[in-house]
Amino acid sequence: MFMDVILLLDSTVRLATPLLLTALAGLYAERSGVFDIGLEGKLLAAAFAAAATAALTGSPWLGALSGMVVAIAFALVHGAACITFRGNQIVSGVAINFLAAGLTVLLGQSWFQQGGRTPPLMGEGRFETITLPLAETVRDVPILGPIYSELLSGHYLLVYVAFLAAPFSWWVLYRTRFGLRLRAVGENPAAVDTAGISVAGLRYLAMVCAGILCGLAGSYLAIAQSAGFVKDMSAGKGFIALAALIFSKWRPVQVMGTCLLFGFLDAAAIRLQGKDLPLIGEAPVQLIQALPYILTVVLLAGFIGKAIPPRAGGTPYVKER
Amino acid sequence: MTTSPPAPAIELVGVNKSFGPVHANRDIALKVEAGAIHGIIGENGAGKSTLMSILYGFYQADSGDIFVGGSKVSIPDSQAAISLGIGMVHQHFMLVENFTVLENVMLGAEGGALLNRGRAAARRELVALEKEYALRVDPDAVVGDLPVGQQQRVEILKALYRGAEILILDEPTGVLTPDEADQLFRILGQLKAQGKTVILITHKLREIMAATDAVSVMRQGEMVATRRTAETSVEELAELMVGRRVLLRVEKGPATPGETRLKVQDAQVIDGMGVERLRRVSFQVRAGEIVGIAGVAGNGQSELLEAIAGIRPLASGAIEVCGHERTVADPAELRRMGLAHVPEDRHRMGLVTAFSAKENVILGYHGNPDYSPGLFLDRGAIRKACEQHMADFDVRPPNPDLKTANFSGGNQQKIVLAREIEQDPQVLIVGQPTRGVDVGAIEAIHRRLIELRDAGKAILLVSVELDEIRALSDRILVMFDGRVMGELSGDAGEREIGLLMSGVEQEDAA
Repeated sequence: MFMDVILLLDSTVRLATPLLLTALAGLYAERSGVFDIGLEGKLLAAAFAAAATAALTGSPWLGALSGMVVAIAFALVHGAACITFRGNQIVSGVAINFLAAGLTVLLGQSWFQQGGRTPPLMGEGRFETITLPLAETVRDVPILGPIYSELLSGHYLLVYVAFLAAPFSWWVLYRTRFGLRLRAVGENPAAVDTAGISVAGLRYLAMVCAGILCGLAGSYLAIAQSAGFVKDMSAGKGFIALAALIFSKWRPVQVMGTCLLFGFLDAAAIRLQGKDLPLIGEAPVQLIQALPYILTVVLLAGFIGKAIPPRAGGTPYVKER
Repeated sequence: MTTSPPAPAIELVGVNKSFGPVHANRDIALKVEAGAIHGIIGENGAGKSTLMSILYGFYQADSGDIFVGGSKVSIPDSQAAISLGIGMVHQHFMLVENFTVLENVMLGAEGGALLNRGRAAARRELVALEKEYALRVDPDAVVGDLPVGQQQRVEILKALYRGAEILILDEPTGVLTPDEADQLFRILGQLKAQGKTVILITHKLREIMAATDAVSVMRQGEMVATRRTAETSVEELAELMVGRRVLLRVEKGPATPGETRLKVQDAQVIDGMGVERLRRVSFQVRAGEIVGIAGVAGNGQSELLEAIAGIRPLASGAIEVCGHERTVADPAELRRMGLAHVPEDRHRMGLVTAFSAKENVILGYHGNPDYSPGLFLDRGAIRKACEQHMADFDVRPPNPDLKTANFSGGNQQKIVLAREIEQDPQVLIVGQPTRGVDVGAIEAIHRRLIELRDAGKAILLVSVELDEIRALSDRILVMFDGRVMGELSGDAGEREIGLLMSGVEQEDAA
């Protein structure tokens, strides 16, 4: 029973990782006043780029790098549409999602002829899990042993990166000059402009941050968690991440908590598949899978109060006249 | 005394700025003496804000030179303006509402990539500034929770924190209560005493006279004149602003009231929260007279207007228009009885600002057979009516197709007035007819109302501007807390009205 719980939590952490990275990406974009519906598309495009590059070069590092580059490129397209050309941010985001969904399959098919997949990665091309020091030695210590060796040790590097990125983002947002300006530009860009700071510059910088994080998330999906890209492998994670972002009211540490909760529901759904539960009978997997969305709606509707987005979100900045 | 005078704080020579076909600033020359409070007045759209935005690096001048402290400078962006010691307090505050005062002050001048050290320094500096200028604000308060007057202080502190020697204030009193405005002017005096230069942009003549050392007047993008405040008068400034003589008080003869046209009997209004807003108010308005309702905003005047116009139901009491008793609250029925209503808030109730002028002139009268003879609107007739209204009321630009949002406040108000008056009502009820309207348009609107009175119409005027009430009314009713405190004649003194406005009973005051 204890080991079951540990394994459940272990898979929670793994499933929460892409959500967390993606939600943090959304946090930078939206805190700067640019709504980012296109997280899903960036995630997918990055996953494809990472898998394709890793398959061709055999290096997961180059894979992750190219994942980031592609995600940044997509983010900058969104930025150009929303910041420079003052387009509708939702429309641009939706367009990016469609673009990524189509482009990945098209390029995948024409490059690899495997029905839109990338070739499965063998050994070298994929990230390996990291075993923390002494993990094997302490495995048999009661309680703490399994927690350390199963739950904390044995994850991919990107898992650790993701869970450090959350407190780091908090620090950036509330303790640095960049963070102060980022929060300000999402609330009242005119205040930033009159203080002599470039609104567009800040927002593009936020787009780059979002691209980097989406790139890491996509790489995690394609070359760490799985061994290659398959069509639509992001499977709505970008939208769940967006829900997590709203749910946590655009605050980084809360984002981490929410992603862990959503990851937990996901892990539970997998684990309960086909099992008989007391009272209910066979586990209603679909219901559990839908829980993150239901939770978001229900809790936002009344329990955690109103989630107020950054005030300037969704509106392009235009100087008077 | 042979020493040459010190260089002016700011000097502009031949500054031009166009936005497309609009020449917003034309050959502007301006000299602002160091250590003085310099006022810049002009009607809305005269180019004041554009000029100041050029000074603050928000826009680039198309041509012309700017000198600060005697040396020629270029101001490509706000950062440059700030480093030249120019600070600006915008009409709409440039504050981040969910930041603290301290964070707002620091933004853009953080003093390093990490906030900690800069925060401590900013706090020290803020305390020092507060002491020096008596600008009390709690550095840890969240700006959105502060009253408007305090938010403005934060803006001033922001500028001072950046080392501003020249402070530009754009329409600073528009959002302030009279008391807060007085405090602001005290602060400006303090700044001047410390050797700072203040540029005050406003369209309120009174403030100019009270607070400035010198004043420059702008009209239609040009700098028309600069005067020492001590050597000019409100009348002269008004004339310079508008370009012709302006009657600040329109001439009117004695009223010759006829029969009663509007009768309000024991009217009582209870709002959605169950609060009694109108407490058994009774009065009459006769043909050929203007009855003014004075009072501090929010003492039941709005409810009274809305009740008469049929927008709000009466809890008890009766309203009679031209001898017909109003049965239900129905604005259309009241219109048929001969009542027209110019609402207090033209944006919210008077106009659909996203509609063109010609669509707005038929609002509420769209069922009129002239405009809609059958199933469809007669667009030709509507356009003709709109052109006629625009000519009669001198609406500028006289373009029926222009969205009403793009007219100035005065012209918007004229469109509303034209719509209501041209229906030839027997009773006209008017709320705040000149709120946010330029001096020139005020005169025109006042003149219209008096003409209408002389044509034998009954007019009920509600205004919070005491000057307006006194200039137009033949009888004055003063409201306080939902009650009519008393009736005065049209030539009653300001003090007399003021006492009633503050709720002092007439007998006590006598």
